[in-house]
Amino acid sequence: MNREFMVNSALLLGLVAIPLWAYVSDEPFTITLATRVAILALAGVGLNIALGLGGLVSLGHAAFFGIGGYAMGILASHAQSYTPLIESPFLLEGTKSMPLIWIAAIISSALMAMIIGALSLRTSGVYFIMITLAFGQMLYFFAISWPAYGGEDGLSIYVRNGFPGLNTLDPIQFFGISFTLLICALWLAARLAHSPFGLALNAARQSPQRVETVGLSPYQLRLVAFVISGAITGLAGALFADLNRFVSPSMFSWQTSGEIMVFVILGGVGRLFGPVAGAALFITLEHLLGGISEFWHIWLGLLLLLVVLFARGGIIGLLAGRGSAHD
Amino acid sequence: MTLVLFVEQVLNGLQFGIMLFLMAAGLTLVFGVMGLINLAHGSLYMIGAFAAAAAAGWTGSFLLALIAALGAAAAAGAIVELVVIRRLYDRDHLDQVLATFALILIFSEGTRWAFGSFPLFLDIPDYLSGTITLPGGIEYPLYRLTITLAGLAIAAGLFWLISRTRLGIRIRAGESDREMIAALGVNISRLYTIVFALGAALAGLAGAMVGAIQSVQVGMGEPVLILAFVVIVIGGIGSIKGALIGALMVGLTDTMGKLFLPQLFRLFMDNASATATGSALASMLIYILMAFVLIWRPQGLFGARA
Repeated sequence: MNREFMVNSALLLGLVAIPLWAYVSDEPFTITLATRVAILALAGVGLNIALGLGGLVSLGHAAFFGIGGYAMGILASHAQSYTPLIESPFLLEGTKSMPLIWIAAIISSALMAMIIGALSLRTSGVYFIMITLAFGQMLYFFAISWPAYGGEDGLSIYVRNGFPGLNTLDPIQFFGISFTLLICALWLAARLAHSPFGLALNAARQSPQRVETVGLSPYQLRLVAFVISGAITGLAGALFADLNRFVSPSMFSWQTSGEIMVFVILGGVGRLFGPVAGAALFITLEHLLGGISEFWHIWLGLLLLLVVLFARGGIIGLLAGRGSAHD
Repeated sequence: MTLVLFVEQVLNGLQFGIMLFLMAAGLTLVFGVMGLINLAHGSLYMIGAFAAAAAAGWTGSFLLALIAALGAAAAAGAIVELVVIRRLYDRDHLDQVLATFALILIFSEGTRWAFGSFPLFLDIPDYLSGTITLPGGIEYPLYRLTITLAGLAIAAGLFWLISRTRLGIRIRAGESDREMIAALGVNISRLYTIVFALGAALAGLAGAMVGAIQSVQVGMGEPVLILAFVVIVIGGIGSIKGALIGALMVGLTDTMGKLFLPQLFRLFMDNASATATGSALASMLIYILMAFVLIWRPQGLFGARA
C-alpha cells in the first residue's frame, strides 16, 4: 500500500465517479469529457509501453492512432453505403460492429508498427525520434492526398457503431466501454512490466550490451514492444474516431503525436497510471483554460516546460513523492 | 512533357532543397556540437518570416525585411538558448523533445496572439519580380533564381566559416571533445550560444525568403522542420556536407515525384485514378527515400556514428 498505489486508486475512482455524478445530474458533456480522458489515456498507455518500459522515444504514435481511426472510418463508411471493401480475391464487407472494428484497428496498426519499427529500430537515440516523426508525417500526407476516403476533409460516420447488448449512443454506456478497455490495457501493461519479456525489455533499455551477452536480442525485444504499443494506440484511435463519429488526417498530425507524449510526460514516464493522470490534467486544462483564453496553449507550454525542467517525475511523481520512476 | 517544364522543375527542386539546407544546417550543427535535438527550430523559421513581414510592412524595403528576419531569429535563438536550452544539454533526448515541444506551443500561440490567425503576405520586391530568360529560352521567376543563388552563397559561406575561421575550428573542436576545448580556455557556453544563434539566423532567413513565395502564417515552420529531419537522417547527423546533399536529394525527389509519378501511372491507368495514386505516392516519396537510406546506411550518408 505505498503512496503511488493510493494515488492511482484515487485517479481511477475519480475517473468513475465524475461521469457517474454527471449521469445523475444529467450533464452529458461532462461524460463526454471523461470518455475523452479514458480514450486518450488508452493511447498514452500504449505509448508508455514503448517509452517508459522500452525507452523508445517515439514521436510518431499519431500514425497508429490515425490508422485505428481510419480502420473505423473505412469499415463503417462501407457498411453505411452498403458497398464492399474489396470484391476480389475474396469479398470483404464493411461493418458497424465495434468488436470487429477494434480487431481490424489492432491488426492494421500492429502491422504498421511492425514496418515502421523494423526500419526505425535500426537506429537509436535522436535518429529514432526524427524517423518516427517523419513516418508519422508520411502517413499524414498520404491521408491528405488519398481521395478515396475523404482526403483532406476526412470521413463522417452518421451513427456510432454498435456493441452487442449495449446502446453506444448513450454517453454513459460508451464511457463504460472506453473505461473497460482502458482498465484492460492498464492490466496488460502492468502484467507486461513484470513478465520475463518486460524485465528483459527494461534491461535492454538500461544496458543493451548485457542483454545481448545473455543471448537476447534488444532489437527483437524493442520491436515486439513497439508493435504492442502501436496496437494499443491504434485501438484508442478507433475509439476516438467513434467518439467523434469523424476521422480526419489531423489524427495523423505531428501535434497528435506530441500531445500523446505530453499525456505520458505530464503524468510521469514509466508510471503505470501516468497517462491517466496526464490525460485527465490535459483535458481539464483544455476545458478550464480554453474557456478563459483562446491562447491556452501558451499556458500549457509553460506548464510543460516547468514539468520538464523542474518536476521530472510528472504529477504521479509529485504526488507519490518519488522523483523518478527509473532508478 | 517538354524540356522547358523539366528544367523549370529541376530549378524549383534546387530552390526547395537549398531552403531545406538552411534549416537542416542549423539543426545538424546544434546536434553535432551540443548533442541537442531542437523541435523548436521550425518556430525560429516562423519568427524570421513574421519579422520580415512586419518589417516590410513598416519600411517597405525587402532588404531591411531580410535583415530584420536575421536579427529577430538570431535574437530569439540566443534568448531561448540562455533561458531554456542550456539547461537541457545534460538531459536525455526525451526531455529535450518535450521542452522544445513546449517552446513550439509557446511560440506558435504567442505569434497567433500578436499577429492574429490570418496569414500575412510578404511581397516580392519590384526589382526581383517577373521572370528572367535563361539560356535555351526558358522563362523562370527571377525571385526563385535569386534565392537559390543566395542560398548557395550562404552554403558556401558556411563551409568557409566551418573550415577556415577560428570560430569554425572551435565549433569542430566542440563537436569532437567539449571537455578538452573547455580546458584549453575556450568559453564553451558562449560558443554554444553563438552556434545556436547562428542556426536560428539561418532558419529565420530561410523563413523570410520562402515567406515571400508562400504565405506567412502560424505553423508554417513545423512541416519544414520535419523535412529538415528527413534531410538530416539521410545526410547523417552533424555533417554539413550531408545536410547539403540530403537537402538537394529531398528537394529534387519531392519536386520530380510530384511531376512524374502521376504521368507514370497514366501509362497504365485512367486519368483520374492515375492522378490520385500518383500524387498520393509522390507525397510519400521522400520518406520512402529515407527508408531506403536507412536500410542501406542506418547512420546516414555522411554520418560518422549511428
